[in-house]
Amino acid sequence: MNHPAGTAILNVEHVGMRFGGLTAIADLHFDVHDGEIVSLIGPNGAGKTTAFNIMTGFLKPTQGRVLFRGQDLSQTRPNEIARLGLARTFQRTSVFADDTVRDNVLIGLHRHGDVALLDRLFPTPRGRRAEAAVRERADAILDLVGLAARADEKAGSLSYGEQRLVGFALALAVEPKMLLLDEPVSGMNASETQGFVRLIRKVRDEGVTILLVEHDMPMVMEVSDRIVCLNYGRLIAEGPPAAIRADPKVIEAYLGKSAAKLEHKEPVHA
Amino acid sequence: MDQLLQHILNALVLGGTYALLGIGLTLIFGIMNVVNFTHGALYTFGGYAMYLAAVALGLNFFVALPVALVAGLLLGAFIEFTLLRPLRRSDIDTTMLVMIGAGIIMQSGTLWIFGGVAKAVPTPFPAQPLVIGPVSLSYVNLFVLAAAIALIAITYFTINGTRLGRAMRATFQDHDTAALMGVNVSLIYTATFAIGSALAAAAGALLGPVYVVTPQMGELAAVKAFAIVILGGLGSISGATIGGFILAFAEELGAGYISSGYRDAMGFLIIIAVLLVKPTGLFARAERIG
Amino acid sequence: MTRFIAPLFLVVFALVPLGLKDPYLLNALIITGILTICAMSLNLLLGFTGQLSLGHVAFFGIGAYVSALTALGFDVSLPFGLRITHEGGSPLLGFVLAVGLTGLCGYLIGRLSFRVRGAYFVIVTISFAEVVRLVALNWVELTQGPLALTAIPNMVLPVPGLGDVALRSKMQNYYLVLAVAAVSYLIIARLVASRFGRAMRGLKENESLALSLGINATRTLTVAATISAAMAGAAGSLYAHYIRIIDPDVFLFSYTVTMVIMVVSGGKGTLAGPLVGGILFGLLPVALRPVMAPEAQWIVYGAILIAILFLMPRGIVPALESLALRRRPATETKSAAKPAEAGANP
Repeated sequence: MNHPAGTAILNVEHVGMRFGGLTAIADLHFDVHDGEIVSLIGPNGAGKTTAFNIMTGFLKPTQGRVLFRGQDLSQTRPNEIARLGLARTFQRTSVFADDTVRDNVLIGLHRHGDVALLDRLFPTPRGRRAEAAVRERADAILDLVGLAARADEKAGSLSYGEQRLVGFALALAVEPKMLLLDEPVSGMNASETQGFVRLIRKVRDEGVTILLVEHDMPMVMEVSDRIVCLNYGRLIAEGPPAAIRADPKVIEAYLGKSAAKLEHKEPVHA
Repeated sequence: MDQLLQHILNALVLGGTYALLGIGLTLIFGIMNVVNFTHGALYTFGGYAMYLAAVALGLNFFVALPVALVAGLLLGAFIEFTLLRPLRRSDIDTTMLVMIGAGIIMQSGTLWIFGGVAKAVPTPFPAQPLVIGPVSLSYVNLFVLAAAIALIAITYFTINGTRLGRAMRATFQDHDTAALMGVNVSLIYTATFAIGSALAAAAGALLGPVYVVTPQMGELAAVKAFAIVILGGLGSISGATIGGFILAFAEELGAGYISSGYRDAMGFLIIIAVLLVKPTGLFARAERIG
Repeated sequence: MTRFIAPLFLVVFALVPLGLKDPYLLNALIITGILTICAMSLNLLLGFTGQLSLGHVAFFGIGAYVSALTALGFDVSLPFGLRITHEGGSPLLGFVLAVGLTGLCGYLIGRLSFRVRGAYFVIVTISFAEVVRLVALNWVELTQGPLALTAIPNMVLPVPGLGDVALRSKMQNYYLVLAVAAVSYLIIARLVASRFGRAMRGLKENESLALSLGINATRTLTVAATISAAMAGAAGSLYAHYIRIIDPDVFLFSYTVTMVIMVVSGGKGTLAGPLVGGILFGLLPVALRPVMAPEAQWIVYGAILIAILFLMPRGIVPALESLALRRRPATETKSAAKPAEAGANP
């Protein structure tokens, strides 16, 4: 499948990241186009999460830069990047565990609600209307991700797969132009994963560009318009799923030199 | 110039005991991730233990000193065993508040038992100071400096040259891995807190005879010790030693040349300045202890 | 259930002076009220943003000094030949300035302190408070140092029809403190239920996740610190004009500890917690005074602090809540499990 010929929404320009003497990422260079679903793959330790942390401002690259919709993110803090429309999910702690699922989304919607200091200090009619609107919006997001029935449960008490969905709902609450998903289907069973694939397609069709890091190869191959493969912090291949599947460098990275073909299963390093 | 020499000499004496305080705190914070708000109370405890041993029991000064140190060791082990061990899985805020509670009990308990009147501990040293050219130094101060240096050396050797020290270093690196390698982490925690407490008590026992022993003597000690730890780097014994001397110099010179009223402000100003100017730099976790 | 604690307290404590003529007890209640305001304001930081600030007494003390000096007047010379003379003015102006200036101090100290977290934040906040105490002790020209500021006038309020009324009696001061406490409570309750409160909760629970959602940590925490400091400053002003003598001891760490005990015992991060804890520990000295010396009382406080952290680490109010939950039929638990939402539309 060819990616839509949108303009580049994210440019990763020769990004390098060193921790002390250790090179986590070297000269990473790729673009993501408007409306694409792109996957970032590679064996464990290839630098995928580090790349995410750089794109979202949690780490400052030691070299190169990242542009989002043409804007250089080098001096931009994580919360400002979120406000620009680049949202992310996390691999591990992806939810506010002590709050209900609805309250999680309400925290994500923190920019909505009472508009003036007056509304904040007194229960004005305008403040009340705004509050009702925010709650409606939260419920709409929960409907979309299929967690409406779980809205009043503590996020921490949900299954791991459902927590991934809460994390996704949180990122949607930011109303992003682009979403970075860090292993979104880990912990999900096969049918949950299928549901999630439908969900991200739907979100993409509403105009949100998606970049994801994932180890579930069948899922990656199914959902991606394009795949970027890293190994030891370096880009080794880039292209549509069919090309990546056949790329000898990718096969070597995952299975070692002797391997003949890339198998459809969890990478050996996982 | 002569005055400056005298200040430097005073700072050296003070710095030795500050280093003892700082080393105790840096070990406890580094290995256990506990901010020990009983540190000042343990310092006071050392002073009173010295007073009890030397005055009430009438022990020889040089016997009373190790008695006070061992008393601090035991009290530290007791505090760790009763208060910190059950809270091993709690967050740092909880342990901080528990330590504040324990510190309050210890300080108020001291006041309740001994009253607010300062106690003097007699020393066997001649009252006449040693005069070298333009500066003078009392014999007891000289002894305090020597004893502090000896204790620092012993601690350094314990950490770097013994099996216990090796286990402590492993626990500092990563307590989970240390536990997997067969280190009894609970025992290391108790030992760490006991050693840190003993050093604080030793500092109190050494300075008590120089000045007087009061229930309030440890009030600022914990935060001063923290300034030392922040200066010297977390978990670093040599850093705490240097930090102790830096703080002593800052206080001595600040009191001598700026205003004696702000002597105690030096530690706090150092904390604020270091943490705010370079919040990730100076207190970056040391790679290893020792 | 706990949403009724605050209105209940307001009604009960509004009626108390009608039946209570003992000036000693009334005095204890006034001091308790002032400390409870401090505890509520500390809870905004400690409970709702999760930042353990142990320098809170600084704002109480600054508020007391600003208000007292505004009312008394001062004459200080500064470096470079500058000299500031102030004639003395209305205590009400003092109250307003105390709130404004402590808010400003809270803002500035917050801006600096929130660059670090955890144990370092705790130590920095303590250090700020101690530096302020040492300044109060040593800047004798302004503060009289240990000699204390004395003869501070009582608070004066303009009352329609009566002109300016000086609040001389304990009863008047009692109702003033009650009113300020009620206003403080309402402000905090509204803040917590607003979108600002959601940002605070996000930061408290998971700062990285909150940042990724666009929550501005520095701004949120600094605003919380500013409001919290201003409230403590208001309490300090009330204290100065009620007690009418203040010395650098208003900056003692033990006041911070008292506030912390109130918040932690009542339940940090709950609206009712500081009220319950404040009244409990405000009145405990009254109960203990006949039977033990002050230093022995402090031993009891320390022991209670430790006992609460061991036995009910979340505090009395959450413990009561979960007790009430267990007794209710399962169908009702859903609505009761959302105490924060109960406050959303007071």
